[in-house]
Amino acid sequence: MLELLRDHTLQVVAAGAGVLGLTAGALGSFAVLRRQSLLGDALSHAALPGIVLAFLLTGSKAPLTLMLGAAAAGWLGTVAVGAVVRRSRLPYDSALGMLLSVFFGFGLVLLTVLAKRPDAAQAGLKTFLFGQAAALLRRDVATMAVLAAITLLLLLAAWKELKLLACDAPFGESLGLAMGRAEALLRVLLVVAIVIGLQTVGVVLMAAMLVAPAVAARQWTGRLGPMVALAGALGAAGGVAGAVLSSMVPRLPTGPTVVLILSVAVATSLVLAPHRGLLWRWLRQRRTRRAPHLDPLLMHLYALSLQHPDDPEHGHRLGVLRTMSPREVDVPAALEALAARGLAQRVGEGLWAPTWLGRREAEKALQREENADVR
Amino acid sequence: MGAAEGDWAMEVEDLTVAYADEPVLWDVDVKVPVGQRMAIVGPNGAGKSTLIKAILGLVPAVAGEVRVFGRPRGRLGGQIAYVPQRSSLAWDFPTDVEDFVTMGTYGQLGWWRRPGQPQREAARRAVQEVGMQEFLTRPIAELSGGQQQRVLLARALVQKAPILVLDEPFQGVDAPTERAIVALLNQLAGEGKTILAVHHDLQTVAEYFDWVALLNIRLIAAGPVAEVFTEDNLRVTFGGRVGVLAGGRAVTGR
Repeated sequence: MLELLRDHTLQVVAAGAGVLGLTAGALGSFAVLRRQSLLGDALSHAALPGIVLAFLLTGSKAPLTLMLGAAAAGWLGTVAVGAVVRRSRLPYDSALGMLLSVFFGFGLVLLTVLAKRPDAAQAGLKTFLFGQAAALLRRDVATMAVLAAITLLLLLAAWKELKLLACDAPFGESLGLAMGRAEALLRVLLVVAIVIGLQTVGVVLMAAMLVAPAVAARQWTGRLGPMVALAGALGAAGGVAGAVLSSMVPRLPTGPTVVLILSVAVATSLVLAPHRGLLWRWLRQRRTRRAPHLDPLLMHLYALSLQHPDDPEHGHRLGVLRTMSPREVDVPAALEALAARGLAQRVGEGLWAPTWLGRREAEKALQREENADVR
Repeated sequence: MGAAEGDWAMEVEDLTVAYADEPVLWDVDVKVPVGQRMAIVGPNGAGKSTLIKAILGLVPAVAGEVRVFGRPRGRLGGQIAYVPQRSSLAWDFPTDVEDFVTMGTYGQLGWWRRPGQPQREAARRAVQEVGMQEFLTRPIAELSGGQQQRVLLARALVQKAPILVLDEPFQGVDAPTERAIVALLNQLAGEGKTILAVHHDLQTVAEYFDWVALLNIRLIAAGPVAEVFTEDNLRVTFGGRVGVLAGGRAVTGR
């Protein structure tokens, strides 16, 4: 293992995949929060014809040339989508889907035509479909790192504008901050992130690099800063882990391995994350059904709150709740337990009220009972 | 309670807005008097939200002009605080109440500059004004409808703008929140701020607002509630359904 880590090729590949994961994870967070996960997918697919055309025009396969071609095609793609949405009745996601298939199809046609050529120069172009991280050179990684550093610096510099864009763009516009500029910046940065990923994961899998770390990170935190940082860290860790794993197993390609590892991270996060995870929700529901004193107490609180329809969070005395409960129930402790689950709240000295969540749970419980009665 | 000639916070002239060739606002002229509370009232699809968005420049106008305090609107910033419709937001965004309200200060900061202690303090004061100080660190995803509306209002208040434009501020909120918002709007109008709100409930127009604009793609009438909010005007605005919507006292005003 140690020997493996000293391996020069592996170091280069791992560094490349890590840099890509970091950039894609951080930027992808904004695309995901903007509900534009498909944008990354469309932009990366749109890059394919750019790569092939750049090669056709220059005859060179130098990474920088092909990256420029990809970036130009990606940018043209976003402009095309904008124009289609403005001039037709087509909704945004359909326009994106169209862009994705039209550009990608065109790229594939170009690749097929090129493949029939007798010269061997075009042979490597197909690797941009799924990437070929093993072929990364030290100077490729250096280029990627510089691009990544610029991208992340711009992301930090325009943090609050991008945050407004992702959270409430019309409101940002009403503040006098041109959201069109913020959106253009986000797209440019996404295109750069895609360009960084061309050699490592290729245009087909790039969308997963943008979306997966962000979706996983969102599960674990409720704040934007930690989410973006965590998404970057997850992306980087996934990249490095994928590189190491694929170097240990013969013929295991790096790009798909990285994407698989990130998919596992997403699945784990969706199930296990506290508060938002499926398991956590399931446990909470089960606890609600199991705890015998808690439920009646919540129902009492709910019933009391119905007497104040104008002010559902009106406080009710501990004494009243004691009278309503069986003698063996420790009412204060049960209230604290309800509060810990976010169902009840202390609104004053010895005064308790159900929370919004508590009222909703109580309503649900009532409905469950009604349904059971019908059966 | 009319404002003197020339005391207009906003003047909308010949405003026409179309979505894909279909006019949603046709040749609308409205003047909003300084320091008054004005409601925009009309049936669904009348273009109420669109009027607000066009005033703010959020949707492009085919024709027309908007003047703010006598000057062409130009790029916004500092003059008008906007409270969008609650349902237009993705409340799952990862942020808490304090941070969300701080976003209202981003306009004053301009591009690139970061919010600091003064901005966060202003946000905390605005949160207090809407009675949400105990929820500063609560994720916005966990707020009730009324709490969301209060937080939206706080995010507008923190801008300290002379004009407040609200899109359906009472939709789906609980009664205490509605009362709190009304009290706050009254207080703001008392301080000389101008309020323009899309409003749905005809029963409360006369109680909550001083002026009203009746809209159904075209402007039907605009002016002080006592003069304009008549059964005849409402019938024109809402078509045949007005008898059900606004019979009785609410129409004649108090």
